[in-house]
Amino acid sequence: MRRYIDYYLTSMKVAILSQIQYRVANYFYMIGMITEPVIYLVVWSTIAEQQGGSVGGYTPGTFAAYYIVWTLVRNMNIVFTPFGWEWRIREGMLSAELLRPMHPIHSDIANFAGWKFVVILLWLPLAVFLTWVFKPTFDFSWLEAVVFFIAIWGAYLIRTMLLSLLGMLTFWTTRVSAIFELYFGLELILSGRLVPMTLMPPWVQNLSNHLPFKWTFYFPIEALVGSMTPPELWTGVGMQMLWIVIGASLLNLVWRVAIRQFSAVGG
Amino acid sequence: MNPFKLAWTYFRIGVLNELQYRVNFFIQLLQSAIAVATGLIGLSLVFGQVDNLAGWTRSELLAVMGVHILMGGVIRSAIQPNMERLMNDVLNGTLDFALTKPADAQTLVSVREFRFWQLTDVLVGLVILIVAVIQIQSKMGGLQIVAFIAALIMGAIMLYCVWLMVTSIAFWVIRVNEIVNLFEGLYAAGRWPVSIYPDWLRTGMTFLVPVAFAVTVPVEAITNRLTAESMLLAFGLTILFLLLARGVWLLGLRSYSGASA
Repeated sequence: MRRYIDYYLTSMKVAILSQIQYRVANYFYMIGMITEPVIYLVVWSTIAEQQGGSVGGYTPGTFAAYYIVWTLVRNMNIVFTPFGWEWRIREGMLSAELLRPMHPIHSDIANFAGWKFVVILLWLPLAVFLTWVFKPTFDFSWLEAVVFFIAIWGAYLIRTMLLSLLGMLTFWTTRVSAIFELYFGLELILSGRLVPMTLMPPWVQNLSNHLPFKWTFYFPIEALVGSMTPPELWTGVGMQMLWIVIGASLLNLVWRVAIRQFSAVGG
Repeated sequence: MNPFKLAWTYFRIGVLNELQYRVNFFIQLLQSAIAVATGLIGLSLVFGQVDNLAGWTRSELLAVMGVHILMGGVIRSAIQPNMERLMNDVLNGTLDFALTKPADAQTLVSVREFRFWQLTDVLVGLVILIVAVIQIQSKMGGLQIVAFIAALIMGAIMLYCVWLMVTSIAFWVIRVNEIVNLFEGLYAAGRWPVSIYPDWLRTGMTFLVPVAFAVTVPVEAITNRLTAESMLLAFGLTILFLLLARGVWLLGLRSYSGASA
């Protein structure tokens, strides 16, 4: 256990130090990313105004709050991509990782977790800018802030598990890009990334309750900007834990079968 | 060296190369279908709430989506691959190979690559556009069609110019991959008519990354919204962008120092 903690702390430190050197590159990346929520925000604020001030309980102000928090949650949701797994497996780079005495997923989690600290730091000025432009209506309690802080890390872990599982499909087939796109399409609709889940038709909302996606986007955002009761907040955190455990177990299982498939070429 | 002949030759090589991998067509088609499906879901969510968005009906927005996908296909088949290769050439110093050829260097770096299967999006976009036009039932005369095609071509030229200028920044700062990300983000905003955006964003989308001219203006041509002024403005800007891009390219080239290629 000590060994793991040491490893995580050191990797995170290294990630922070190396990413802070690329702050300009990181910034361009983040600015490119905020256009997506700004588009959704503008479209839905227009609709809310046309409807006489609100749609599905959201006003332009609460939409602004939703999509501004969205930008942070989106950044927390960036993990080692399935395309990275594809590259790693196809090019045989995995061989080097296999020589290490621990599962490669640990280095992915630790590196990206370290990067998150840089991301949050860089995000703050953007949040101030977006707040100044779109004037969100914010109202949260201490409990909501605490749950939000836990939930963004829960979201990070859930998405790490899911995307690693997806990436590991490359062990069996190398034509994976269409499968990845399909996954991202489903996630867009079912996670609350496109619109708050309450604006979706009831059957979509129902479906999303049985899937992990909404715990990575909708739940963390709503924990902060919505008005959930304390039991609802803690149930949400519990659901996140559940999906992390399910994801980790699946990952472990698939990994064991998959690694027998792996034959490196080069690397 | 006739630039059109040069472009045509590279185009043929690109097509022949890609025709070897025919399964890629179906994968590309599947990916386009997924993109169209999510776009349609977005539209139906919007029109589940209202019957027009800032004066645009559902069919008109479908036309915007069609042109957006079509133009995206043009970018990804003809513009982006060339510019990405240019970026790598500047980074690795291998641009020497292009510069030492007897043809005009700007023409050469702009036509070397062609991704044939990405044209699937052009086809898909066109189908969506036709469906939308049938739904709109506007009286389309020859004039509208000519204006539409002219606006489309001018939009594509402007997008190419912006790409070339952005890529030319690589001559000074070497790493520009992240700027590409920024461009893609702004292009995604063209999925909706630019008139719905706040002023600062609309200005950026008109003059900085001319998505407005590449997507919204062509659709205006077929929905009877286009004025002679915006057509003239588009023409003037196309010329301006072409000159600017040429200038930035030549200026950048001066500070290019080949590596050990």
